[in-house]
Amino acid sequence: MKSGWEVVIGLEIHCQLATRSKIFSGASTAYGADANVQACLVDLGYPGVLPVLNEEVVRMACKFGLAVNASISPRSVFARKNYFYPDLPKGYQISQYELPIVAGGELVIRLDDGSDKRIGITRAHLEEDAGKSVHEGFGQFSGIDLNRAGTPLLEIVSEPDMRSAAEAVAYMRKIHSIVRYLEISDGNMQEGSFRCDANVSVRPAGQQKLGTRTELKNLNSFRFVEKAINFEIARQIELLEDGGKVTQETRLYDSLRDETRPMRSKEEANDYRYFPDPDLLPVEIAADYIEHVRQTLPELPDAKKLRFTDQYGIRPDDAEILIVSRALADYFEMLAGETAATAQIAANWAIGELSAALNRDGLDIEQSRIPPAQLAGLLDRLTDQTISGKIAKEVFEAMWAGEGSADSIIDAKGLRQISDSSAIEAIVAKVIAAHPEQVAEYQSGKDKLIGFFVGQVMKESRGKANPEQVNEILRQKLQES
Amino acid sequence: MADETHTLHSLTLAAMARGLSGGDFTATELTRHLLARVETIGKDLNAFISVTADAALASAAKADKARASGKAGKLNGLPIVHKDLFCTRGVLTTCGSRMLENFVSPYDAAVVERLQDAGAIMLGKTNMDEFAMGSSNETSYFGAVKNPWDTSLSPGGSSGGSAAAVAARIVPAASGTDTGGSIRQPAALTGTVGIKPTYGRVSRYGMVAFASSLDQAGVITRSAEDAAMLLSVMAGFDPRDSTSVNHPVPDYVAGLAAPVKGLKIGIVRQHFDAGLDPQCATAVREALAALEAQGAVLTEVDLPNLDLSVPTYYVVAPAECSSNLSRFDGVRFGYRAEDPKDLMDLYCRSRGEGFGAEVKRRIMTGTYVLSAGYYDAYYLQAQKVRQLISEDFRNAFATVDVIAGPTAPTPAFAIGAKTDDPITMYLNDIYTIGANLAGLPGISIPCGFAGKLPVGLQLVGAHFAEQKLLACAHQYQQLTDWHEQGPEAFA
Repeated sequence: MKSGWEVVIGLEIHCQLATRSKIFSGASTAYGADANVQACLVDLGYPGVLPVLNEEVVRMACKFGLAVNASISPRSVFARKNYFYPDLPKGYQISQYELPIVAGGELVIRLDDGSDKRIGITRAHLEEDAGKSVHEGFGQFSGIDLNRAGTPLLEIVSEPDMRSAAEAVAYMRKIHSIVRYLEISDGNMQEGSFRCDANVSVRPAGQQKLGTRTELKNLNSFRFVEKAINFEIARQIELLEDGGKVTQETRLYDSLRDETRPMRSKEEANDYRYFPDPDLLPVEIAADYIEHVRQTLPELPDAKKLRFTDQYGIRPDDAEILIVSRALADYFEMLAGETAATAQIAANWAIGELSAALNRDGLDIEQSRIPPAQLAGLLDRLTDQTISGKIAKEVFEAMWAGEGSADSIIDAKGLRQISDSSAIEAIVAKVIAAHPEQVAEYQSGKDKLIGFFVGQVMKESRGKANPEQVNEILRQKLQES
Repeated sequence: MADETHTLHSLTLAAMARGLSGGDFTATELTRHLLARVETIGKDLNAFISVTADAALASAAKADKARASGKAGKLNGLPIVHKDLFCTRGVLTTCGSRMLENFVSPYDAAVVERLQDAGAIMLGKTNMDEFAMGSSNETSYFGAVKNPWDTSLSPGGSSGGSAAAVAARIVPAASGTDTGGSIRQPAALTGTVGIKPTYGRVSRYGMVAFASSLDQAGVITRSAEDAAMLLSVMAGFDPRDSTSVNHPVPDYVAGLAAPVKGLKIGIVRQHFDAGLDPQCATAVREALAALEAQGAVLTEVDLPNLDLSVPTYYVVAPAECSSNLSRFDGVRFGYRAEDPKDLMDLYCRSRGEGFGAEVKRRIMTGTYVLSAGYYDAYYLQAQKVRQLISEDFRNAFATVDVIAGPTAPTPAFAIGAKTDDPITMYLNDIYTIGANLAGLPGISIPCGFAGKLPVGLQLVGAHFAEQKLLACAHQYQQLTDWHEQGPEAFA
């Protein structure tokens, strides 16, 4: 970012809650059904139907509020946001407006320089999603799919506390991690279960007054959030440096062109005429209910990270990576618990080989081809020096390919490490005999050549020789010859 | 038998129930007899939008069979007609609007379902002011309903078709809805009994919404006893309506025997101000004197904010209606303009052509009072006044059991007399609106005549005091025969 400017960013994250039925009806929320088969009369806004609040969304919102140290409102109110759009069946969206269910929370993000930063959460409120307009395949008409209408959303509004696109992404990732820990959202961004709007403004460094902001709509990947915000920052700074003014407006990010552009002003000229929805009672939450929900909270990412460094003694940076997903953290703990290897080795493998293999095959940790107990078997052989680190990677790939347990692969492929010193001595003798020139050089002081000899021995043993023993025997024999 | 069936229509619902269970006539005979009146008198009065003759006869046959096998429900074989804003599966549900002229509901309203489950037989759907917005039935897309007492007059509204059908002895009972007086005012103007229960007493599920915080379903009958029979079935918690209240439903019929003696009746001085027709005032005063003679204690109560109820109502109700009626957009159901050139044109013309003038007036009023910059001055202010009005009633009910007074300021007025001046029309609801704003139950019963036109006495009670209202009304009807008098032309 150009110096002399300060960036101010606030995010509104729309998180789809993982309920089985909709927020105000009994219709299913499952993704991917044929158009309009998961919309009941309530979702279709038929004359005479009434909304009935799904209690599960209240529980989920409470969990979120507690996880970010927010207060849970003893009384929150659903309001109607009135506007006409074909995919909004009732002509209004039911949302919380003046009295949201969650108010005043915070979380901590880790910055690139390793320091921590607190980000305030203004509020989180419950609302229903609208349907979807389909503009392709209907000639001059548009199609409407109301399967999504009435899907429960938690809209999480941050304070304007972020100062760069990277901070915004770190915040969004943290929220993503928390809602997945709480199991209140699947966080699936491709399916639109987790998306955000970003409010972006810039001001001269040191200025108190906020600059005019623009709102970037519907960003549905971490990468797009970063790119859209960076584009918008550059656009605003350039505009201001050229003596222009930023217009307060809503802009859309076009990922194909990597640019933001204003939405049609018509779409913005709405006066939503919010008022309390008379079909729904205020949501009243008792203190003992909140306590009950608090008892059900899982260990959250920050606490888990602390525990991982304390209990397992692994590097804080590794702990940070492991805790991003609750499933990965669980995998690590099972692995560390089952293997004789150190926890740091378990962490290295979970973050390294395992994550790489999952990424390569596009799998979630839950779908890992190697369960933790099996991977533990491999790390045990590494630790008791049955195999070397290099061989271990080979065995891992074979396990990933479904060839069996570590032990059976090691035996079947004859990969057991050679630790018998007489066998290693024989190979060493062969290597020394084959390279008289290098032996002479070594003996005249070129110590670095030890690496060459180790390599030759390992090659000759097809990687199976115990590297430490090889080193020791080589040094001894090279002295002697 | 033939002679008896000839006058079946003059029976009350309770008398019909006795006749059916005593085997004096069958549900089929009764249904057939009443359907004939629906087709003739109903048409003459323009009281019906739909007649469901075939389904009614099929249900009647079933009811007779059920009775024969000892499985008769509480209302087995008894006739009912529904105001046309109750959704009825497979039957037109128009709300008196061109917007829903061809709308066939895919489901039954809770009220319809409960009555049907108890064995009641629906004969048809009654005419009404468009989306229940009106006090004279003249805003109906299907034309005004005529008052059986004088067919040049309005039966009131918005449940005008229901009131006219009961007054003309077409059917003994009809459902209605009351947002600002839409059951009680037409009951008063047609000499029938109309009860609006406590807000939340009867499920609103399947009742097309006008103003959600005020709407409540009730019935129009000829006697308090009949109203009690129906309300016992209609009332009760419904998980499909979040505003319905989980409060036990008493046996309203059993409660009718409670004597008037000792009942504390509050009289509101402003009810008898200059706005009240003198003949109506006389009839109401005489009714109060009759109750006093039975041992009721009359005391004056003060409702200091009563004069604010009409303006408050005409902010709150339009605000809610402007939002409730947004779903009628020509996209999924209802009227759709021909050849829209784009989305905005589809919206504007579908709504412009589908809604009538009064509905549009209220949508515009409601949109205005909710708009940025006006919300606080109108909507929020109205909500505050609504609280004050509720408190007035609460204070009053600390000292009295019921509040009694006139239901409407005048007897029935001529069709066309008030259509040019909405304010005069709105003032027709001046005595009834308070109960809606405060969510209280109210009943109107015939208490005499102003000339040849019936006059209504209104009783309003505290929340869930329906039983007191019904008992008081029933006891009054044991002393008087106003409710037995019908328009001679339709005897």
